Amino acid sequence: MALLHNKYVSIKGISACVPANSVKNTDNELFAPGDINAFINNVGVEELRMAEKGVCTSDLCVAAAEKLLEETQTDRNDIGIIVFVSQSPDYFFLPNTACIIQDRLKLSKETLAFDVPLGCSGYVYGLNLIASYLSAGQIKKGLLLVGDTASKIPNAKDKSSSMLFGDAGAATLLEYDEQSEGLHFHMATDGSGYKAIIVPEGGFRTRFSAASLEEYTSNEGLVRTPHSLHLDGFDVFSFGISEAPKTCKKLMEHLAITNEDIDFAVFHQANKMMNEKIRKKLGLPENKVPYSLKHFGNTSSASIPLTMVTEMRAELQQSSTRLLLCGFGVGLSWGTAYLQCSPIVVPELIEL
Amino acid sequence: MDKNHFLQSFAEQFDDTDPSTITLETHFKEMEEWSSMVALMIIAMVDEQYSKKITGADLREANTIEQLFERVSSK
Repeated sequence: MALLHNKYVSIKGISACVPANSVKNTDNELFAPGDINAFINNVGVEELRMAEKGVCTSDLCVAAAEKLLEETQTDRNDIGIIVFVSQSPDYFFLPNTACIIQDRLKLSKETLAFDVPLGCSGYVYGLNLIASYLSAGQIKKGLLLVGDTASKIPNAKDKSSSMLFGDAGAATLLEYDEQSEGLHFHMATDGSGYKAIIVPEGGFRTRFSAASLEEYTSNEGLVRTPHSLHLDGFDVFSFGISEAPKTCKKLMEHLAITNEDIDFAVFHQANKMMNEKIRKKLGLPENKVPYSLKHFGNTSSASIPLTMVTEMRAELQQSSTRLLLCGFGVGLSWGTAYLQCSPIVVPELIEL
Repeated sequence: MDKNHFLQSFAEQFDDTDPSTITLETHFKEMEEWSSMVALMIIAMVDEQYSKKITGADLREANTIEQLFERVSSK
């Protein structure tokens, strides 16, 4: 049972960056208006930010990080670790994007830098990873970069996912803090569900070939290629409404806390219908559960920090907040964090 | 799990279909009102009432409501 506590670590600031290019789902000409309206009503996504060709997740994350380092007045030599959590690296994993970012951000060469290719659960995993390094006290500060240009992964003609995923990158600065209670986590994995969210070809199991780009129509009428995202919406829905409430409850029971001890519960922005089920199962009131889904869609590992920046900025800057953060998805992988934040630095949303 | 209770809960997920026309033998994916959104409602209903998970494969492979019931009740 992965219940973890990383003491002496606190979040110092959070920033997020999205492409300036906004695309409205009602303008989509590939699908029937009735289908689009049903999608918007149930899934809750009206518009998406889509990165232009040539704009990578790293570009969004670097812009977010630059702003955050500036507003927190951080000495770049204090950053000892940088982790890039993403499934849309600059290159096909050679080299790791985090290494390139170390140089772009002019961080010290004494910095640990590596990529973690997780998706929707990635923010919670990234927090846990950096907090684990920091809590020993040997590294002062760590920078967590998360996000994806997830809009580029589905086939445009795939109704199950092409109106769902938006692009975003976020940066979170964590530091060693002896006064801090730290971060609490519950983390879990079920690889038996790996096919629920998958790009079947292009990895080393089935190498990329010309056939990887050939379109075919699935039994459900979805147009895909073996190199595009294959989302089994039913499996994911079933997984989300069952496991997300369980992981939250498990951590809350372990810490002996109730909904009264939570100011905000920020969930991965998967789909309105799914997230509302999760909220209701936990008995959380609407005002404690913010959404960025409507204007930004599902932004993979960036969805939790993006929601914090766009929906909770004033509260995070002005008061101490007790947060429950829960990410769940591709892997299948999921996790929950509970932490208290003193007022933190939250720059305004950046558009690139 | 009670088969008739399952049928009743299944039928409640439809807005415009007369519940009395839905039976255990109904090929649910051929119903006029069937859609992926109704499928999500069914998944949520089974999770809520029976604490069981319906997968995409369950929905693809079962044709009648009874077949779906058998798959769910054997979990």
